[in-house]
Amino acid sequence: MSLIGQMRGRPKREYRSAQHEGSPMRNTLSPRPRQPLFTPARLGVYFFLISAALFFLLPLYVMGITSIKPMSEIRLGNIFAFPVEVTFEPWAKAWSSACTGLECRGISVGFWNSTRILIPSLVLSILLGSINGYALTYWRVKWAGWFFGILMLGAFIPYPVMLYPLVRMFAAVNLFQSIPNIVLIHTFFGMPIMTLVFRNYYASLPVELFKAARIDGGGFWRIYFQLMVPMSLPIFVVALILQTTGIWNDFLLGLIFAGRENYPMTVQLNNIINSTQGEKVYNVNMAATLLTSMVPLAVYFISGRWFVRGIAAGAVKG
Amino acid sequence: MGATVLIAYVASILWTVRISLSNSKMLPRADWAGMTQYVNLFSSDRWTTAMINTSLFGLFFIVGALVLGFLLAVFIDQKVRLEGVFRTVFLYSFSISFVACGVIWQWMFNPALGIQRSLRNWGWESARFDWIATQDMAIYCIVICVLWHSSGLVMAILLAGLRGIDEELWKAARIEGIPRWRYYLSIVLPQLGPAFGTATVLLAVSVVKLYDAVVAMTNGGPGDATDVPTKFIMDNLFERQNIGLASAASATMLVTVVIIVAPLLYARSRAKAAAGRP
Repeated sequence: MSLIGQMRGRPKREYRSAQHEGSPMRNTLSPRPRQPLFTPARLGVYFFLISAALFFLLPLYVMGITSIKPMSEIRLGNIFAFPVEVTFEPWAKAWSSACTGLECRGISVGFWNSTRILIPSLVLSILLGSINGYALTYWRVKWAGWFFGILMLGAFIPYPVMLYPLVRMFAAVNLFQSIPNIVLIHTFFGMPIMTLVFRNYYASLPVELFKAARIDGGGFWRIYFQLMVPMSLPIFVVALILQTTGIWNDFLLGLIFAGRENYPMTVQLNNIINSTQGEKVYNVNMAATLLTSMVPLAVYFISGRWFVRGIAAGAVKG
Repeated sequence: MGATVLIAYVASILWTVRISLSNSKMLPRADWAGMTQYVNLFSSDRWTTAMINTSLFGLFFIVGALVLGFLLAVFIDQKVRLEGVFRTVFLYSFSISFVACGVIWQWMFNPALGIQRSLRNWGWESARFDWIATQDMAIYCIVICVLWHSSGLVMAILLAGLRGIDEELWKAARIEGIPRWRYYLSIVLPQLGPAFGTATVLLAVSVVKLYDAVVAMTNGGPGDATDVPTKFIMDNLFERQNIGLASAASATMLVTVVIIVAPLLYARSRAKAAAGRP
C-alpha cells in the first residue's frame, strides 16, 4: 500500500540543477529552490513528456472528432481534421439503432447486459474475496498453504486452459450461457486476485485488534462484520475499482458464457464493428467505442489516485 | 465455497490435460491417444504462426513497454510542473478495454481513410503506412495498440519504485561528478529490479492472454498473419469442433506460462527473503 504514499507525499528533495552548483549556500537561505523552466535539459524533459502525452491522447482525439463528423466528411480522409459540420446523430445511432448482425437495437442492449452482469459479480466476488482473505489471515484454516498456492497459480493460469471443462460443468447443471453463469464465472476467475488483495490488507492490520475482539467473545462472522468490514473500507474501494474495470472490459468470458441474449457491451461493440453490412459507418463505430469506454473512463477519472492504488494491489500477484 | 472453487480450478486443469491425451473431436472421448494431439498441434502451420506471433509480439511489447514506461517515469520524476496531468494522461488508456483499443487503432491504421490517407492529403503523395493490411507488418500494429494501452501501467509501477529511492544517492553521485544519465543507468536501474520484475510479470501475463485486441483489430488476418494461441484455441473449441487439439494447445500454453512465470516469482520471493521480509 505504500505506492500511493510514495507517489503522493513525495519526499522533499534537495534537487539542484547545475546552475546552483557554484553557490550551495543559497539553497539553505531561499525557502524552496524552483526549477528554472528554460534550460536546454528542462526543455528536453518537457519536449519528451509532451510528445508522449500527444501519443497517448491522439487516439482519443481522433475517436472523439470522428464520432461527431458526418460520413461525407469522413470519406475525405482527413482523420485529424476538426469537423466542419458537427453532428451528434452517430451517438444516437450507436446507442439505439446500430446493427449487431441481424438485430439493430444499438449498443444500449450491451450496456444494460453489462450492468446486469456487473452488479451481482461485484457483490459476490468482493464479498467472497474479503471473507477468504479474512479467514486466511486470522483463522486457522486447514490446508491454508495449499489453498494459497492454488490461488497464486489461479492468478496466472490463462483462461483457455480451464474453458472447456467449465463449459461442460455449467452445461451439466443447465446454467450454460445465462446471467448466473457469467456471474459465477467472474466470481470464479476473480477469486484469486480478490483473496490476495484482501489478505495482504488484513495482514497489515495489527493482530491485537483481532485478539481483543476474540477475548470479548466475538465469533467469526461478528468480528468480520463489526470489526473487519468497517476497518477495511479503503481496500473495498480498491477492490471495487479493480473488479468494475476488469468485469466491464472483459470480452472472452462474456463471449462464451453470457449467451447471445446477454452479450456484454464489449462483445456487442465487436459485433457492431465487424458485422455492419455495406459501407462501414466509422462515426457510429467510434461513438459506440466511446460509449463502451465511458464506464471505465469514469471510474478512472473519478477514482484518481485510488485507481493507481488498485493497480498496486493488483500487482501483488506479481 | 472456497474449497469448491479450488477443486474446480484443479479439476478443470486436469480435465483439459486428460482431453488433450484423447482422440476427442466434437465431444470429449475417454480413449487414449498418447501424444497424437500434440504431434498434430506442432505440425500444424497455424499453431506455428501463432507461436511465432506471440514470441514476436511478446518481445517487442515487453521491451517496448519497459523502455517507454521507464522513460516516462524518469522524466515525470524530474520535478516537472503539471505532474498530475501527465500521470493521468499516461495511464487513462489502461482503464479501457482491449476491444476498444483495437477498434481505435484499426481506425487510425485504416489504409484508405486513416493516417496514410492524411499524410497523402497533406502532400506526401507516396506515403505508405498500410501495415495493418500487410501480412508481415500487421502484428506490429497490434504491438503499437497494446503498447498504447499498457505502457502507463509500467510507468505507474516504476514511478512508485523511483520515489522509494533515497535522494541522498544522487547527491553523492553528483559530488563524484557522475553525469545524470550514468546515475540513472548504473545506480537507479539496478535498484528498480523488483519493480521491473513486477511489471514484467504483469506484461508477460497480458502477452499470453492476448486475444481481444487481435479479434477487434484484425480478427487474425490478413490471412492468419496475426493469429495468436488464444485465438487458435477458441476457434478449435467453438468453431472447428476439435476440442482434443484445442486442449493440447491449452496444455502447451499452461506449460509455457509456468516456465516463464515460475522463475520470475521465485526470483522475487528470494529477493524478498533476502530483504528480510516474509
